[in-house]
Amino acid sequence: MSDTSPPAGAASNIQYAQVGKPLPRTDAPGKATGKTPYAGDYVMPGMLHAKVVRAPLASAKLRRLDVSKARALPGVVCVLTAADLPDRLAATDIPGQTGQARLDTDQQILVKQRVRYWGEPLALIAAETSDIAQRAMDLVECDLEPLPGVYSPEAAMQPGAPIVQGENNIVAEHRIRKGNAEQALAEADVVVENTFRTPFQEHAFLEPEAGLAWIDENEVCNIRVSTQVIEHFRFIADAIGVPHNKVRIRGALVGGGFGGKEDVTVEIYLALLARHTRRPVRLQYSREDSFVGHGKRHPFILTYRTGVNRDGKIVGCDVRIIADAGAYVFLSPYVLLYGAVAAPGPYRIDNLNVEAQAVATNNMYTSAFRGFGALQACAAYEQQMDEIAKALGMDRLELRRRNYLKSGEPIATGFCPPSAIWTEQCADQAWAALGEPTPDDGPIRTGRGLAAYQQSYGRLTFLHDTAEAWVGVEVDGTVVVRSGVTDIGAGQISALGQIAVEVLGVTLDNVVIYNSDSAVTPLAGTTTATRALYMTGNATKQAAEAVRERLVACAAEEFAVDPSEVSMALNEVAVDGHPEKSMPFADLVKLCASAGIHRSELVLFRAPFTNHLDPETGQGQAHPDYAYGAHAVEVAVDVETGEVRVLKSIAAHDVGQCINPAAVEGQIQGGASQGQGYALSEAMEYDEGRLITPSFSEYLIPTAMDMPRVQCIILESHSGLGPFGAKGIGEPCMTPVAPAIANAIADAIGTRVYEMPITPERIVNALAAQAEPRPNSG
Amino acid sequence: MSNEKAIRLRINGRDERIAVPAHRTLLEALRELGHVEVKCGCEKGDCGACAVLIDGMAIDSCLTLAWMAENRDITTVAGMGTAQEPHPLQKAFIECGAVQCGYCTPGLIIAAQSLINENATPTDDDIRLALSGNLCRCTGYGKVFDAVRDASVAMLEAGDAR
Repeated sequence: MSDTSPPAGAASNIQYAQVGKPLPRTDAPGKATGKTPYAGDYVMPGMLHAKVVRAPLASAKLRRLDVSKARALPGVVCVLTAADLPDRLAATDIPGQTGQARLDTDQQILVKQRVRYWGEPLALIAAETSDIAQRAMDLVECDLEPLPGVYSPEAAMQPGAPIVQGENNIVAEHRIRKGNAEQALAEADVVVENTFRTPFQEHAFLEPEAGLAWIDENEVCNIRVSTQVIEHFRFIADAIGVPHNKVRIRGALVGGGFGGKEDVTVEIYLALLARHTRRPVRLQYSREDSFVGHGKRHPFILTYRTGVNRDGKIVGCDVRIIADAGAYVFLSPYVLLYGAVAAPGPYRIDNLNVEAQAVATNNMYTSAFRGFGALQACAAYEQQMDEIAKALGMDRLELRRRNYLKSGEPIATGFCPPSAIWTEQCADQAWAALGEPTPDDGPIRTGRGLAAYQQSYGRLTFLHDTAEAWVGVEVDGTVVVRSGVTDIGAGQISALGQIAVEVLGVTLDNVVIYNSDSAVTPLAGTTTATRALYMTGNATKQAAEAVRERLVACAAEEFAVDPSEVSMALNEVAVDGHPEKSMPFADLVKLCASAGIHRSELVLFRAPFTNHLDPETGQGQAHPDYAYGAHAVEVAVDVETGEVRVLKSIAAHDVGQCINPAAVEGQIQGGASQGQGYALSEAMEYDEGRLITPSFSEYLIPTAMDMPRVQCIILESHSGLGPFGAKGIGEPCMTPVAPAIANAIADAIGTRVYEMPITPERIVNALAAQAEPRPNSG
Repeated sequence: MSNEKAIRLRINGRDERIAVPAHRTLLEALRELGHVEVKCGCEKGDCGACAVLIDGMAIDSCLTLAWMAENRDITTVAGMGTAQEPHPLQKAFIECGAVQCGYCTPGLIIAAQSLINENATPTDDDIRLALSGNLCRCTGYGKVFDAVRDASVAMLEAGDAR
C-alpha cells in the first residue's frame, strides 16, 4: 500500500486517449437492456416481506402500542416494537470521521414514548407475503395522546414554544465574522435588505428505498441495499448491538440518490428483522413510504442586509439564516455550516457577518440534498444581487463583475481556494448564449436571469476524508478496479474505469470495476459532497500510476531504452521512432507476470486534513476547494395565469477537466431539471407535520414537456484537485438554477416573489399586490 | 384470498404460467416471474418506470391487472435486445449518454418504442409528449430526447419501423 504521493515519473508519457472523451459508460448497456439488478430485484429462498408501521401524528405521546393481533395473524413471523429492541439510537454518524462526539438528539429507532414527526416508525412487521404484512399493519393498535407541536422554525424559537429537542430547539449554530460589517453597512451609500424563503424539497429518485438482509454462516448480517454510503455498516452494527465486522453492506447500482440515500434508510429495520427471524427479509418502500420516510432539503429563511457604494462595490454584508431542522438532527449542523460558508456567494466581501441557526420543529427531519445548504444560500444571494443592481440602477452582470472573487482571493472563511476561479468567464458566456431576446406577446412577458455560485467539492476538511482504490492488471492485459465507491447514477464507477485505462494505456472495454461491498472492496467513503471523482478518482489514478511505473520499467528493460521513452496507449506499448520496439499491452503484462513483478496496487488518498473553523469567527479552511460557474435562463410568464415556461436554460461551469463530457453534460442537464422543479413546481405541503402531497401526481417534478433543451458550456481550467485537474460537478450544476429562474421571472413581471417555489398563485398574488396601491402606504 | 386463477402470459415471445388473484397487477406478476427489468416506481401510474408493451402499445403495468393481460403479447425492455445485440433504441440510449441511474430507462425505452410503432417519423413535440408520462430525475431529458430522435431515424432508415 502506498502513500498519497504519486510515484516519481509515473505521469510522464501519458497520452490522453480516453479521458475527456464522451465514451459510452460501462454501466449503460446493462441498464438499457434490463440486465442490471437493483437492490429491490434480489430475492432469496425463504425470504420474508417487511413493512414499517408509522405514527399518524406529528407530536404525541405513545400511551399504548398493542401488536398482539398483528402477531396472531397467520403468516406473520415477527412484529418488533421499541420494547423488543436494545436501547440504542439511529445516528447518522460520519463514516471515517474520528473523535466527533455524537449529538444527544439522534433518532430513536422505533418510537419509545414520544412521537416527534408524522410518520415516525412505531413497529416493524415481517411476514410470509407482502399481502399478509400489509394486513398486519392494520391490526396494530396505538393510542396516541396529541401534544402541542411546532411547525415553523420561527414558532419553535418563541419563548415558551413546545420543545422538540434539546433545551430551546436550537440544534446548531454557526457564525462567520470578518472585518466590521456593522460599520461598513453604516458607511455604505446604499443598504439593501431582503428576506428570502426556500422550501422543503423531496429527492424524488425514481427507485424507492429497498433492501434485503440475511444472516450468513459466519453470523454476519449481510444487507443488499440501495445506498450512497456503504460505510454505514459501522453504526448499523452499533444500533443493533453487534461488532462492526458482523455487518456487511453489499451495495447495488443506485436508482438515484441526490442525498436522499445518504442517511440510513431501511438498513437497521432489515438488520433487526433478520436477526430476530433468522430468515432473509426484504423491505421495499412504496412511493408514499419514500415521501414520508426519508429526510428532506432544509427550508431556509435568509435575511440579507448588503451595503454597497454607488460604484457597485459591496462594502459589507450581514446575513441571518434560519434553517428548519425538523424533528431530528441528522446532518443539520453540516448543512447549516455549508450555508454559512457559502453566504456571500462568489463575491469578495471583506466585511461580513453571518449568523446561522438550525431549529428543531415537528416537521419531517431534514438532512442531505444536492447542494447541501450552499444551494439555499445561492437562492438568496443571487436574488439579492439583482435587487442591489435594481437599487443602484446598474446592469446586473456589471454589478457582479465589480464584485467577483478572483483566483487567489479569500472566501468567507479567509481560505484561498487553490484552484482557478472562473466565475466571470462562465457568467459572461452563459449570458451571451441566451442570444436574441424573445419578444413579449400579449400577456406573455419574457424575462432573463442569471445566477453565479460558489460550491465546494469534497467533504468538510475537519472530517479527515480518505478514499481507497485497488487497480490490478490480469495476465491477458485486462484491468480490474476495486473500490467501495457507490454509483448513484452519475457514472461514478465508469469514470474510475476511464481513469485507470487512461493511465495504463488500454481501452475501456478491457476494464471491469467491482464496487460498493463494505467487506471486500477497499473502502472509498461516501458518494456525497461531490467527492467521488475527486477522492476515489485520485486513489484510482495513483494506484494505476504505480502499476504503470512497474510495467514501463519492465518494457524499458525489454527494449533497452530509458523508461521515459516508453509509451502505452490503446492496448499497445511502443517506443517513439522505433517501430520494431513495440508489443501488445497483454504481452508486456505476461512478461511482467513471469518476472514476478507486482501487477496491482492499493492506494489510500487523503484530502487535506484541518481543524474545525474558529467557532467565534468562522475563519479557517472548511473544504478542500470550490467550483464556480453560472446558469442563465430566459422565461415566459403569462401574467394572467401566472404560468411560467422556461424557454432557454444555459449552464456554464468550470469543471477543471472533463473525464467524460457526455456524463458531465448529463449531470448538468439533470441539475438544471432538479433546480427548475425546485424553483417552480415542487411543493411539499405539510399540515401540522403531515405531508399532504406524498405522490408524483401532487408533488410535481419536471417532465419532458417542461424541460427546455439545456445548453452546456463546459470550461476547463485544469486547476482542480481531482484526477487530471478535475473539479466536481454533481452538486454545483444544480446550485444556481433556481435563483436564475427567480431573477428571470422578476425581470419579466417587474416584481419579485420572495418565496420558492414560485407557483402561478404566488405570481398572480405578487402582480395583484404590485397593481393595487398599498393601504396605509405613504 | 382463494380467488387465484392460473393464467398464461406471453412475455417476450414465450408463454409463461402464473396463478394470481384478481387484484394482482401485471407489474407484480411480471416481477414474480423474474422479469425484474420491469421497475416499480410509484404503483400509481404517475412515473412510467413499469411500462411494458402490450400488443405494441405502452401501458403502465402497475395499473393493469394481470388477468387483463392474459393471452396478449407483452414485451419488456429485456425482450427488445441484449447488450450484445441491442435494439436500436437501446443502442442509442447507450451511445447518447441517456442512461444515468437507469431506473427509469426501461420505461422510457418502452414509451419510445410505442411512439415509433404508431408514428415512424415523430416530430420533436411528438417525442416530448410521448415521453411525458415517464419521469426521470437524473437526465433532464436532453440526452433521452437525442436518443429517441437518433433511434427513430436509424429505424426508419433500416426499415425497422412499422
